Amino acid sequence: MVDISNIHKTYITGNNKLHVLKGIDLKVDAGEMISVMGASGSGKSTLLNILGILDNHDHGEYILNGVRIENLNERKAAMLRNKFLGFVFQSFNLVSFKNAMENVALPLYYQNVKRKKRNAIAMEFLDRMGLKDWAHHLPNELSGGQKQRVAIARALIAKPKVILADEPTGALDSVTSQEVMDILTDINKNENITMLIVTHEHDIAKRTQKTIRITDGMITEIIKN
Amino acid sequence: MFDLDRWQEIYHVLSKNKLRTFLTAFGVFWGIFMLVIMMGSGDGLKNGISQNFGDMATNSVFIWAQQTSVPYKGFTRGRRFDYENADVRALDEAIPEIKYLAPRTNVGGFNGASNVIRGLKSGSFQIFGDYPVFDSIDPVNLLQGRFINELDLKEKRKIVVIGLRVKELLFEKDENPVNQYIQINGVYFKVVGLFKSKRTGEAASFDNQRIHMPFTTCQKTYNMGDAIGFFNITSKDGIQVAIVEEKAIKVLKKRHAISPTDDAAIGHFNLEVEYKKMVGLFLGIRILVWIVGIGTLLAGVIGVSNIMLVVVKERTKEIGIQRALGATPRIVISQIITESVVLTTFSGYFGLTLGVGLLELINYLLDKSGANTEMFLHPGINFNVAITSLAILVVAGAFAGMVPARKAVSVKPIDALRYE
Ligand SMILES: Nc1ncnc2c1ncn2[C@@H]1O[C@H](COP(=O)(O)OP(=O)(O)OP(=O)(O)O)[C@@H](O)[C@H]1O
Ligand SMILES: [Mg+2]
Repeated sequence: MVDISNIHKTYITGNNKLHVLKGIDLKVDAGEMISVMGASGSGKSTLLNILGILDNHDHGEYILNGVRIENLNERKAAMLRNKFLGFVFQSFNLVSFKNAMENVALPLYYQNVKRKKRNAIAMEFLDRMGLKDWAHHLPNELSGGQKQRVAIARALIAKPKVILADEPTGALDSVTSQEVMDILTDINKNENITMLIVTHEHDIAKRTQKTIRITDGMITEIIKN
Repeated sequence: MFDLDRWQEIYHVLSKNKLRTFLTAFGVFWGIFMLVIMMGSGDGLKNGISQNFGDMATNSVFIWAQQTSVPYKGFTRGRRFDYENADVRALDEAIPEIKYLAPRTNVGGFNGASNVIRGLKSGSFQIFGDYPVFDSIDPVNLLQGRFINELDLKEKRKIVVIGLRVKELLFEKDENPVNQYIQINGVYFKVVGLFKSKRTGEAASFDNQRIHMPFTTCQKTYNMGDAIGFFNITSKDGIQVAIVEEKAIKVLKKRHAISPTDDAAIGHFNLEVEYKKMVGLFLGIRILVWIVGIGTLLAGVIGVSNIMLVVVKERTKEIGIQRALGATPRIVISQIITESVVLTTFSGYFGLTLGVGLLELINYLLDKSGANTEMFLHPGINFNVAITSLAILVVAGAFAGMVPARKAVSVKPIDALRYE
């Protein structure tokens, strides 16, 4: 599903060059659930952003679901993200002026699905997250756990191939974190959606099938859980 | 197609900082408001001044006799002279560019004592002896009867055509003046026509106090001999009346033994030159109005563009989220441009409506108060100008949104997402 080889990424700020990813090779099969661990600044988010086509890599090859990701224009990239990828962020990244339902429906809006239809689908997904009653609330009226569940529903609604989650439980307490992980593992099992989860917590990492350790821009260890 | 999400976003963006939105909108509002008011006032001024011309042929020149200022052919300077009937034919023959040639005489000073009597009523009016062509040079609205004709001229008939004011002062309210008699400086004339000026305001009341009689009748009745008061001449279409003016003065100088270098002997007034000056003035005003108006409008639009830049910057993260979820650059750009167009069009529309409303109010008040509208009449802007300005607004709004919109999609989605 995800196939990268020899990925390099260097950030250039002024006169400083920071070589963040130093040749990453990774193959993730369809339906795999993988966690990524590593020290702060080791390049985990950078890797995930490249996989999410939110950023571009300097060297190497990236093939997503059989599509070679290279020199895409922004229109094509947006369409690939919409079709293949779902994002879950540490800071939730909900759109503040849209209610929970409208947030969840947003990816379908960009597919030109009619408002009535996409809201109905969004309600189904919210229901699965146990948030039906919160559908018409704005994000600032929801708790952190609720927000993250809305974000997960939003990541799922377009039926992506891969979900990329950058510290999805980073802003949540341990109980809520476990609940969010319950949801993610359920989705992985039932829908066979590939998942990459960046985390600092061993409890979280243990619940995935494989843990990849990144040290200083390189994969140094792959652990089967 | 109506897209609720799009409008929700527009509302969110514009209502987030209401004061800022209002001030930005005010810039555009003020620009178009000023444009409308200035254009309307310019038109009002033009209408006001133009009314003094009525339907008068603007390619006309007036020529009258003054005193010589240069001794010539044995005459001393300071000599007075009169034009005479033979001059009419001489001018006609010498100047093929003439379209209408109307010599004129007038009776007495009209500002003096009453010169016209009917029964117990009397009044002081302007009395002219005219050729029938006069009606082609400075037309009037005939209300009743007819104007002077060739037969009147030939037979020196004692008939007159009177203005509306004359009728009001000498006749009863619902009396028909035609075929009635009035006494002018002791002589009876039959009224054959009643007219009303085509001008408005002060100029009209001046016109309506006129009495016209045949030119020949006037000369004979009041013992003027051959003398002509002045000429009113128009040029053929497409020929500058200045050419006719120059030639006519030359002919008249020769015929009346006036030195070719004597510029004071013959009085003349070229209406065309004055008219062109005025037309030029109005064109100038119009150009000025557009420059100032468009400038003000432009300032407003630049304000919109600026605010959109700020808005885009503030919303960087939000736009980043949308792009991560699959919003293409086209969607983002069209959203921002729509916001900009909505802001400019709405505020511009208010400016337009309020400006037109104010002009209408001024119109109404002017009409109602019956104020002297010598200089100002019916301010207003025509429909096309209004539509054009609205179109300009929409286009300007789109342009104002262009730069911010490009900016919004020029950053990488990840940089937008990471923006704090
Ligand atoms: N846009 C950028 N410009 C310059 N340097 C950057 C940029 N983004 C990240 N970096 C640098 O790249 C390195 C890797 O950052 P990254 O966010 O991938 O780390 P991380 O492993 O996700 O760390 P954390 O666990 O703290 O989230 C860091 O040193 C960071 O300072
Ligand atoms: Mg990180």
